[in-house]
Order: sequence, then structure tokens, then C-alpha cells
Amino acid sequence: MSESDQRQITLSGNALTKTYHTGAVDVQALRGVGIQLFEGELVVLLGPSGSGKSTLLNILGGLDTPSSGQVYFHELEITAGDESVLTRYRRDHVGFVFQFYNLIPSLTARENVALVTEIAMQPMDPAEALSMVGLADRLDHFPAQLSGGEQQRVAIARAIAKRPDILLCDEPTGALDSHTGILVLEAIERVNQELGTTTAVITHNTVIGNMADRVLHFGDGQVVDSVNNTSRQPAKELSW
Amino acid sequence: MRALNLKLLRNLWKLRGQVLAIAVVIASGVAVLVMSLSALQALQDTAAAYYERQRFADVFSNVKRAPYRLVEPISAIPGVRSVDARIKQIATLSIEGFEEPVIGQLVSIPEQGEPSLNRLVLRSGRLVSLGHPDEVVLSESFAEAHRLKPGDHLKALMNGNQRTLTVVGIALSPEFIYAIGPGALIPDDLRFGVMWMGNEALAAAYDLEGAFNDLSLGLLHGTNPKLVIEHLDRLLERYGSSGAIARKDQISNWFLMNEIEQLKTMSTILPTIFLAVAAFLSNMVLSRLIATDRSEIGLMKAFGYSNWQVGWHYTKLVMAMTSVGILLGWLLGAWLGRVNTEIYADLFRFPLLIFRPDPGVFAIGALVSLIAALAGSLGSVRRAATLPPAEAMLPPAPPLFRKTGLSQSRLSHWLDQPTRIILRQIFRSPLRALLTSFGIALSVAVMIMALQWIDSIEKIVEVYFHDAQRQNMMVGVVETQSDATLEAFKRMPGVLAAEPMRFVSAEFHAGNRNHRGSIEGILPNPELQRVYDASGRVLDVPPDGLILSTKLAKKLDVGTGDALWVEVLQDRRPQREIPVVALFETYMGTPAYMNIDALNQLMGQRPSLDAVNLLVDKRQLPRLYQRLKTIPKVSAVVLKDAAVQEFNDTMAETLMIYISFFAAFACALGFGVVYNSTRIALSERGRELATLRVLGFHRGEISYILLGEAALLILVGLPLGCFVGHGLGWLMTSAMDSELYRIPLVIKAATDATAVLVTLGATAFSAAVVRRRLDHLDLIAVLKTRE
Repeated sequence: MSESDQRQITLSGNALTKTYHTGAVDVQALRGVGIQLFEGELVVLLGPSGSGKSTLLNILGGLDTPSSGQVYFHELEITAGDESVLTRYRRDHVGFVFQFYNLIPSLTARENVALVTEIAMQPMDPAEALSMVGLADRLDHFPAQLSGGEQQRVAIARAIAKRPDILLCDEPTGALDSHTGILVLEAIERVNQELGTTTAVITHNTVIGNMADRVLHFGDGQVVDSVNNTSRQPAKELSW
Repeated sequence: MRALNLKLLRNLWKLRGQVLAIAVVIASGVAVLVMSLSALQALQDTAAAYYERQRFADVFSNVKRAPYRLVEPISAIPGVRSVDARIKQIATLSIEGFEEPVIGQLVSIPEQGEPSLNRLVLRSGRLVSLGHPDEVVLSESFAEAHRLKPGDHLKALMNGNQRTLTVVGIALSPEFIYAIGPGALIPDDLRFGVMWMGNEALAAAYDLEGAFNDLSLGLLHGTNPKLVIEHLDRLLERYGSSGAIARKDQISNWFLMNEIEQLKTMSTILPTIFLAVAAFLSNMVLSRLIATDRSEIGLMKAFGYSNWQVGWHYTKLVMAMTSVGILLGWLLGAWLGRVNTEIYADLFRFPLLIFRPDPGVFAIGALVSLIAALAGSLGSVRRAATLPPAEAMLPPAPPLFRKTGLSQSRLSHWLDQPTRIILRQIFRSPLRALLTSFGIALSVAVMIMALQWIDSIEKIVEVYFHDAQRQNMMVGVVETQSDATLEAFKRMPGVLAAEPMRFVSAEFHAGNRNHRGSIEGILPNPELQRVYDASGRVLDVPPDGLILSTKLAKKLDVGTGDALWVEVLQDRRPQREIPVVALFETYMGTPAYMNIDALNQLMGQRPSLDAVNLLVDKRQLPRLYQRLKTIPKVSAVVLKDAAVQEFNDTMAETLMIYISFFAAFACALGFGVVYNSTRIALSERGRELATLRVLGFHRGEISYILLGEAALLILVGLPLGCFVGHGLGWLMTSAMDSELYRIPLVIKAATDATAVLVTLGATAFSAAVVRRRLDHLDLIAVLKTRE
């Protein structure tokens, strides 16, 4: 771990807890989680559903706020900021990919990406982002004209086109078959390697852990184990 | 309770905002319908009961002088139930503290007992008594205008004698619900009043002992007044009768019936508009609700519910939403109907008020709105019912968008993505967008239609009172006077110019069309009272022939060059064929003009007059008033300024009520349409908007997408609304066209602007309500769920 100490920390969370109040029941989704994401690394968060990994990702991405604890993006404490600070943080530094692609149906692939590049500071050309995920020939298709895997790759292109510091993916292959899922993982891998974007991927599929620098095991609102992979397995060699 | 019904109730609760917005629109329609119909019913019932109770006569006639012995043969006319022979005279009154001369209509009543017809409703004091010839009973409106009460005195110039009269009672009469003075257009309680005086006292004052000059007949039920009138006219012909009239032509009743007729017009046009919008709104809400309810429909069917049951479930939803509106509309309509009737009852001074809204009226309101809403939602319910369960349980495929011509044009380079989203959304379902715009347009249109009245009335005042009437006073005289009278008027203090006028009552015949009215004799080139042709040019009065108002020409179906058979109904009653030489336009009544010399010639009389138009130096008015109060035989004094004032006041009183109702309803409409369409768009596209928030868009930026679309539709709706509003205005003014008056269609730019601004305000308010919801969008919940 001595090597990792010299690496820059992009994002860190300290003693994060999150309690949801739903009706009469309090659900403790996070019970004191500490996490550090280093520059350029690809981390996979593994765990069963309900283990709190999505809650953590939402808090790290500025979609949600913790009940207690802090999140730092470099030196900036984003948990200290208000709504507009969070929006700014998401807009300038974070790229999101979700299980259900959440594309805007009324915009073409290119326009879905342009949606983000128009408000970003140093964006790529939308076409460039789409060719990175292998969709150079589908630029002017509407979501309804694309397959699930293609839609997800548009979502990845949209997430990375602004050159974010962090890419957060919540079950990016959850709705896809394994062949298509691997295509999507290849796109994520490529972005991580070529752009050096710090990437966190949530999944309950243990195989995906093999492509990571580090695997964090989640259970019952806590990180129960952390495993450093000595070598990353290329995404295209994965199978499930 | 069955599970489905429970689901229904919860659905309704979840959709309460939209249910309320639809309910408000439906309620508006039902309320206008119930209000108008119940007020209409109440006015008709009240008038009928009032007439019945006070024995309002069925036939009226007047003569110069007829002996009492004629009453017997008149009573013997088949169908006549009772006869009341009276004396009616005009007196000039002086009332302390009121500078202008006041015209008093004297009507005789028996000194003992009640009259057999046209009975008075005594409001205070008592009726006149035998042996006290100076006692009078005043009409309530007149007494109130001058704050006169029993015990007070007023001076009257009667038949050249100055008398001091004592007020003993205040009363109402069915005969003078609308008390309109000679030569006036509308009631002016300050300058014209009805007074009842003892029969013997009045006969003595006007040398009519043993005689009468006015007659009212009560008829047996089911008697045709026409036959009685023919009979009566033959009996009275040689006593100077100008022909009897039936109740429907009696001036007060005629005005009242006209008013009721207008109410009828309003009660058909407006509810139709509101219910059409309600149908459209329920269609909009339901079709989108069903789209979001897909998986539940699939589930219900998977459990074995039939198409019919699913269809019935959503039909009940529509009925429940509509019922809320109907209930609200009933309550509001009944209340407004009552208020409205009271306002009218007050205006007409009905001594009683029968407000018994017919349950049928409520049923009609409910039925019409239910049918409208169900018709509007039929398509969506059928779609829900026939959705195959397997398909319903799948998430809907992402809606297919296409590039439009716009996105390929050069213009598209200038569009950012949020704007593209807005435009594609609109072009994807142009019909829905158009309907939303149309709903907003209707809100503007209803507003314009209401406000347009103010402009039209202003125009009438401008043209009728200011352009056409250069005189500032019209003085009528009792009995036709010789030309010398004109010279006398010219010498009066402050008079700058004087022009004579004649009024001769006559019946016009053209083919099988008839009109009973009068011919007004005027100077060939009148300076004071001008006549305009249809295109607005001043018309020279030719030496002979008739100049008809276009409305009268239309009624008689004649034009310039045609000839009319004219039957004069007074004096020697000449009959002659007279050509129509010109037509002219006027907003008031159905006048016919003729050169005064030609008219005098027709009558076989020397130059004479019935009224004088005066242009007066206003500084000299007090002296002129003093003078007028002392000369006998003045039957009418109409002051233009006072007439304009009265006209405006009367119009304001009745119209403002309607205008404010419509303004409120128009706002409800605008709010309902915009709230529903944005609120539904929000529930349909919450996911999309949440995604944008996640991508780093600010609240304002995502509001732009949702509200920008609404704004664009509003933008289209506003000019469309002005266009439709002008159409509705035309429809309304055409529907109001009557012999009494025509409403010119005038809509000022400021009226359009006001309507647009009010609608903008209402829509902005609903947008603000939706915007609040946008600010509380739950990002995580939206993203986690599959659509």
C-alpha cells in the first residue's frame, strides 16, 4: 500500500452514515463508511442488493447528502455545500451511468451527448465521445432506434464527454445480456485507461471485480473487505 | 369496499391537483348554466306571479277623450274580463333642491277601493282618499331618487295651473317596472316619475269629467288579444285612438322581456364553451394517466379482470372527477343564480321574488358535463380496456421521435439541446399541443368577449349621443303645437339653436310584413340631430319619402326604391303609399324619418311640431330650467348629459356583473388548462428532468424545458385567443341584435391586451405551482425505478 500513498486522492468519504426515515421505520443504509478513490483507478463495489452501495455512490456523486460524515473532492468539502454547490460539482466533475440508461428520448445520440458538452468547461466533441464507445456510425439515431447496449454506451459517452474527474456507474450492465454487457464494460475500461478518469462501478456480479484495480465488498451498510488486484483482467476476457 | 374502488379513491387523491383543476373548469360551465337558467326561470316566474297578483292588464289603449258610457260596450267584447278606464296625463314638476324640470306621469286611480287592473303594491303610506284632490302616490324608484316620503310636498304644473301636491304613499306597479319617460331611452328616476292621483281630482284638473283617455283590459284566459284589439279599435276609432296594443308591446313589459331574452342568449353560448374545454381537459388527463397506469392495467388483466371491468374502472374515474366539478358547479351556480336574480329583482323592483330553481336545470348541467367529459375520455378508456396484458406489463418502448424539417435547417445550429427537447416534444404530438394552445386561446377569448361590451357601449355612446346628437336638450310638448312654438323656444334664455321634430304614430305595411311604430319628422338638413347612412356619411333628408333605419328595412324586407303602405294611427288617420328613399344606420330602436314639411302635409296640418331639439349655452341652463318649469304643455325634457350618465350607469350595473363572472371563469379556464398540461408533462417526464438534474443542470434550466414548452404553447394560444375572441364577440353581438338595440362589434387593442395579460397572469400562476414541484424532484427515486 506504500505505493498508493503517493497517489493523489480524487474523492474521499469519512465516517459516512445515512438513515432513511420511511414512515415509522428507520432504515440505516450506511453505518460509518470510509472510502478513498485515487486518481485514475478503477474500483468495483461488490455487494448484494440493499447493502448500501448505491446510497454510497449517490452521496459520492452529490445526488444525496449523508446523515453524518464528510465527502471531499480534492480539498473541497462537498458535504458542506448547499444545493447549488452540489449541482455545480455534478456539472463540472462527475459523470454518471445508470442501470436504466436515462437517455432523453427526444434527442439523438449526438444530441444527448451535446446536452452535457454545451454546459461543460472543456468538453470533447460529442462525435469523439461516441466513437470512443464504438458508436461512430450511430450518431443521428434516436434512443428508440438503438439497442439496450447501444443506449448504455451513449449514456457512457454522455458521462465522459465533459472529461469528468470521476465516473460513477451504478449497475451499468444490470439490464443487459453478457455479450452486450462486456461491450459496455470495454467502453468503461477504455475511458478509464485513455482519459485516466477515476472510475467506480457498482455491481453484484463478482466477475466484473476482475477488471478493477481494487474491489470493495459491501455488506449491511459497511465496507466489509477491500481487495487489491495484482493485475487487471481486460474486460473482453470476462465472461458470465 | 372492493379493492378496485379503493384504488380508484387513492388514484383520485394522488391526482387531486389535476382533479381540482378539471373540476374548476367543469364547475365553471355548470355554474354558468345553472346560474343563467335558474335566474332566467326565477325572473320569468317572478314577473308572471307579479303580473298575476297585481292584475297586470292584457291590452292597452289610449284615446283623446272618450265618454264613460263606452265602458259597457267594451266590457261586452268577447273575451274581456275587466275594463279599467283611466286618465293619464303629463305634468311638469318642480322638486325642491333639484334644478332641472322633472316630468311626471300622472295616472288615475279610484279614490275608493282598488283599481280593477294594474293594482299598486303599497310600500308605505296609503292610497289617495276622497275629497283630497292634491294627494298623490309616488312610484318607489322616483321617490327614492328624490328622497320623498309620505307627508312631503312637490309642485306640479298641471294643465297650466301650478299645484302643490302632497305625497301620501309610495307604491310599485307592474305597469312601470321599466319607467321610461317620453323621448328617453332608459329609465331616469331623477327626471321622470310616475304618480297616481285620484280619478276625480285628475278629471277635474284636465277637464275630463265623465270621460277617460286611457284604457286597460283584462282578458279571460286563452283569449287571443288580437281579436279583442280589432274589436276595441273599431269602438274607439272616432275618439282619437292610435290603436290598442297587447301586453307584449307594452313598453315596460317589452323591455323586461328583452332583458330576459338576453339572459337566455348568455345561458346557451357560455356553458357550451366551458363544457367543451372540460371535455378536452378530461381527455388530456385521462389519456396520460392511463399511459402511466399501464403496468397496473396489465396486472389487473393478468388477475382475470375483463376488458369491460377495466374500462368501467376508468369510466368511474372520469365520472368521479366530473362529479366533483358538478357538485361545485351546482353550489356555485345556485348561489350565483340567487345573487343574480336578486340583482335583477332589485333593478326591476319586484315586490316578491320567486327563486325555485328547477331540479331539471341542475340535472341538465350535470348531464351535459358528464356527457362532455365521458365523450372526451372515450378513446383513452377504450385504449386502456383493450390493452393486451402482456404488452401492458412491459415498459413502454421509448417514444419514437423524428427529425423535423426544423432540425435539419440552418436554424438548428442556433438551438441548444433543451430547446430541441421542447420543440421535438411539441412536434411529436402536434394535436395535443394545439389543443392545449386552444384551451388557452378560449380563456383569452372568453375574457375578450366579456370586456368587449365596454368598448361596444362606449362606441354606442360616442356615435349615438355625441356624433348624431348635437343638441344638448330635447323638449317634448303635449299635443301637437304650431310652428310659433319654435320661435318661442328660440327666444328662451341660453338657447343657441332650435329645431322642430314631429312624432306621428303609424303602422307600416310591406307585403305581409307589418311594423307598428312612428314616423319622426325632421328638418331637411338637420344641424342638431343628424342622420347617418350605412357608411357613416351625413344624410340629407329628401323633400319627400321615408328614410328607414336598416333594422326596420330588414324587418319589413324593403330597400331604397320600394314603397310602403303607411297607415297613420292618429288625428285624421291618413293612409298612403310612401316610397323608401334612403336607409340609415342606428344602434337604437327602429326609427323612420321623413321631411317634417312632408309629414305635416301628409297629416293635412299647418307647420307644426311635437318636440324641439335645443342647443343651449350651458351657463344659462339654470335660467332655462326655471323657464321650462313655468310653461304648460311640456311633456318631456331629455338632457343629453343626464341621458348619457344614466345610460352608462344602467349598463354598468347589469354588465359589470356579467363581466366579472366571465373574467373569473376565464381565469379558471386558463389556470386549469396550463396546470393540467404542465402537471401531466411533469409526471410523464419527471425521469427525464431528474436525469438532467443529475447531469448538472440547475433547477432553472430544467424548468425551462417544462415551462418553456408551456410558454411556447401559451404564446401560440394568445393571438389565437384574440382571433377566437373576436369571433365570439361577433357571435355574442349578433345574438344580442334586437329591435331595442344593436351592439356594434368594437374591440379595442387595449381590450385584447387586458385579456392577454389576465390569461398570462393565470397561466403564470399555474406555472409557478408546477415549478414548486419541479424544485422538489426526487432525483434518486426517479433514477432507480424503471419507467
